[in-house]
Parts: sequence; C-alpha cells; structure tokens
Amino acid sequence: MEKTLRETIKELIRKHLKTKKGQVFGQCLTAVGWVGGTLPELYEKDGMVELSMADVAGGGIAVGAALMNSRPIYVIRYQGFNWYNAPMILNYACKSKEIWKRPCPVFIRSIGMEGGIGPVAGSSHHSLYYRMPGIKIVSPMTPGEYKEIYKKFMSEKEVYYVSEHRGAYGNSEEFKNDIDDKKELIIIAISITRFEAEKAKRNLEKKGYKIGIKHVLWLKPFKISPKEVSAIKKSKAGCLILDDDYVDGVANSIGNKLNIKTKKPMYTLGLKDKSAGFSKSTDNLPPQSQDIEKKIINILGEK
Amino acid sequence: MITQKVFLQIFKKASLCRNFEKIAFEQIQKKNIKFPTYLSAGQEFISATVSEMVKTLKIKPLIFGQHRAHSTYLSFGGNINKLIDELLGKKTGCAYGMGGSASIHGKEINMYGHDGHMGTQGPIGVGACFVSRHPTIVFLGDASAEEDYVLGALGWASTKKLPILFVVEDNNLSILTEKKVRRNWEMDAVAKSFNMLGYNIPDDPKVIYKYKKNLFKKPMLLNIRTNRLFWHAGAGQDSDKTFDRYKSLLKKFGEEGKKIDKYYFNKLNGLWKKRLEKQ
Repeated sequence: MEKTLRETIKELIRKHLKTKKGQVFGQCLTAVGWVGGTLPELYEKDGMVELSMADVAGGGIAVGAALMNSRPIYVIRYQGFNWYNAPMILNYACKSKEIWKRPCPVFIRSIGMEGGIGPVAGSSHHSLYYRMPGIKIVSPMTPGEYKEIYKKFMSEKEVYYVSEHRGAYGNSEEFKNDIDDKKELIIIAISITRFEAEKAKRNLEKKGYKIGIKHVLWLKPFKISPKEVSAIKKSKAGCLILDDDYVDGVANSIGNKLNIKTKKPMYTLGLKDKSAGFSKSTDNLPPQSQDIEKKIINILGEK
Repeated sequence: MITQKVFLQIFKKASLCRNFEKIAFEQIQKKNIKFPTYLSAGQEFISATVSEMVKTLKIKPLIFGQHRAHSTYLSFGGNINKLIDELLGKKTGCAYGMGGSASIHGKEINMYGHDGHMGTQGPIGVGACFVSRHPTIVFLGDASAEEDYVLGALGWASTKKLPILFVVEDNNLSILTEKKVRRNWEMDAVAKSFNMLGYNIPDDPKVIYKYKKNLFKKPMLLNIRTNRLFWHAGAGQDSDKTFDRYKSLLKKFGEEGKKIDKYYFNKLNGLWKKRLEKQ
C-alpha cells in the first residue's frame, strides 16, 4: 500500500533529525497527536525543540537557528498563527541573503484546516507571505510532491513556506494535470481545493463540459509551461483559479499574471470576504465541488 | 578587577568610536551621508568594555547588534574602511551598501546585521546561540528591550540555560520619550524574574568589567545606564548638559588621553578623506 502524506512527512522528519542532524522547532510538538501524526515521537535530545508559547519570539528563534545553517523545520500548527509568527521570517530570513549575503534557509511547515475552528486558526494564509521578496511558496498535497520540495529545500539556501493542509494528510494518491488545446475552461487549483476541483471536473465532464485542470504545487515562483499557456489561450473561457485563502492575494495575483500572458479572462474562487465563525452557519469554507460546478456553468452556460 | 593596561585599552577603543562618530557627524552635516544615521557617541564605553572582557577571555562571540551599532562594530574589530563605505552607500561597504547605518554587519567579527525592527536581534540571537551553543552577545536599546518578543526570548534563553549575554544600552530615551513615561520597571528586574542574572549599572568601564566573571556561565543581562550625546538620528544635539563619560575619562588620562584622542582623530580623518576621494 502507498504511503500517505502524513506518513511521508513523518518519515522525512525522522531522517532530517536522525540522519541530517537537523532540528524541528515549534509549540506543543510532543503533545498528544504529534501535529496530526506528522512528527516522529522524538524529543529535544533528538532535535525536536519545544518553544514557549511566545509566537513572535518563536519565529525569531527559528530564524536565528537558520542563520547558523542548521536547516530548521519550523512548525506553525495553524496558518492563522502566522500573523504573529511571520515578522522575523519575512523581514529577516527572507532578506538576509540579499542584504548581508548570509543565507538563512528555514523550512516553514504551516498547516491549514477549517470547519468549526473560527476566525483565527482556520484556512490557509500563504497570501500573507506571497507579496514579500526572498521566499519560495509551495503547497504540496501528495507524498510525491512533499518529497520533491523537501529535497529541493535541502539542496538550496532559500526560505520555504510550505502551505500544508490537514485535509490532505490521509492522501496517498498523486495528482495529474489534464491540459490540452481542446478545453473550454481550465481550473487552476491550489491547496485543499485540488480535491474538490477534481470532483467538480468529473461531474462537469459527465454533463458534457470539457474542463482542464492544473494542480499548483509552486505558488512562488509560479510555474507554467508553454503548453499550458497555449491551452489557456485556445480555451473558450480562460481559467478558474481556486484557493483556500482569500482571493485578494495569491489567486488574484496569479490571475493577473495569466491574464496578461494569455489575454483570457481569469475568474477566482476562494474564501468569502468575511470572517469565519465557529458555527456551521457562520463558517467560511473553501469552495466545494458544487460551488465550483455552479461557477463554471455560470461562465460557460447551461448544456 | 580591571588592570591599568586593560583600562587604557578600553579607553583607546572608546576613542576610536568617539572620533569615528565625530567625523560621521560632520559628514552628515556636509550631506556626504545621505540617509538616517544613528550615532553612538556617548555610549561607546559599553561596547569598548564588553569587547575587552571577551578578548581577555579569548572568546570570539556571536554578536547581534542593534540599529545604533557603529561602536559595537568598531569595538569588536570591524573594518573601519568598510563602515565608512557603508555610510557612503558604496557596494564595498560592510553591508554591501544595502544596510546603511542601521543594518551593519561584519562576517569577520561574527556580527550579524540588524533588520531595522527594534529588538528582533533578541530572539534571533537566542536561536543562533541555542543551535551553535557558542557564546553570544545581544545588544539592545532600552526601548527595544520593551518589545514583547524580546521578553519571550529572554525567558526561553533562561529556560535553555544558554551561554548568552544581553546588554541593554539604556540611554533612557526612545527617540525623545523618556523611560519613566513608558514604564515603571527595569530590565534587570525582568531578567531576575526569568531566573537570569540581571544587573543595573552605570557605563563606567571599571563597574562593567566586574561582571566578566559571570560571562557565558549562565544567561545574564546587564542593563547599562548611559547617555546618547546626539540626536536619535542625524547630526544634532538634544542638550549640551548631557554627561559625557568620554570627556571625563579623557581628562583623567591627562596628556596620554589627549595623545590617544588626537591619534584616532587624525587616523580616522585620513581614512574618511581617502574614502571620500574615491567617491
């Protein structure tokens, strides 16, 4: 049986600590659950370092460790906590190589989830980092993607923001892009929306729509092949970009870039422009397959 | 106990720093330095003394400075020409012309640059010390020490029993807002409450030097009361009544002091002139 993303991350971290003599920093790492089962049961002597609950200082401590080239992995258990954890990562680690020629490579595991967890902890917040220079942003949802980005991080001297999602930890499948010049519309899906996008695509195809899909691993730098650009140009209605963050961030920025490149319209769907409440009726969830289908039928018209 | 030889050495370093800042002051006025510059005149005995303390212990610590760090850089042996170049915005500067006055660094002296957010050197220095277990000095101002993340970093440094020294260069001012307006507590008391060694002392080299015996044995914080002679940024003076320890010790060292002062002024003047000619 294939390994799940959860097991893959756990195994990579075990190797990072045991073989590469690296460190993992974070809050409540060794508590029950071990961050959704993604950490091996190791302790400070092995490099699993519990920080205090001082979030802003914690981010700075991880940056200091990175300055010593210890390649720390910094775990932020909820992406919403980045409002406190991000300052020294963005203003120091991301600038250090450019200003002082001192690389500060840190691997930030930032974990998204949603559904009944309220206005702060929920969803993804990669857009918070997106506008700043000196950072690479990825959102791996499969075991293969995670292995790829960890390997790349270890071979470079860059700051990596890894936008994870708890909803993907049980996944053991790899995604495949489906893009050619005959698609009416192409879905560009980020983070956890990739699962619902696949569902929506299947349902729409049953109804006769020709829908393409591009799974986005690299948010920054955003990578798109000439073949994909050609497919978008030849499509009837351009792209629908899906995100687990508010659309006024990564989704609209990618949309703008692609619009300039292809002259095709770019639609976006992400979190609604409101705070999430704890109750079901006030929550703010990423687009579900029925939302995606509705939006696409609205763009392409009924068949 | 400080020996006369070490005391003289500290005075020489202070003289280097003071004369550097004196000339930088003129260069700001002449508009040869064209961005915000944070002169450290008045505070130089802190870095001059601390650098001598570690030198006699034969330790080359990691140094995390603050925005007002010219004296820190010079006291620990930073390259003078590179600092001049940095203030002139040249690529040959110690921060490659990117850092300006506030973000200087020096690889050769283990000094890490400051990013301009007050107090970030606290947590970053603690993280570096934790991983490397190398003796580390973090310089803070009395205002940056108030940052919540500095307090979090102090607590963690104490918990992990790191070989670290926090030096608070307490000039009583945040730009021009006095400490008593901002708070009713002192940093040495905060340090003690975190189970660290904490002391509140004047910037008298003989007093500072006494704490050498505790250096890097356990986390320690020295809140050192001092005076900023010039404006927060730029070339100007807030008051002509500010106590000037350099002047007072210059008098104490008599003719030898004057000779040292003149030597550094001439040496630095020459270096500045050369760098300015290369503009």
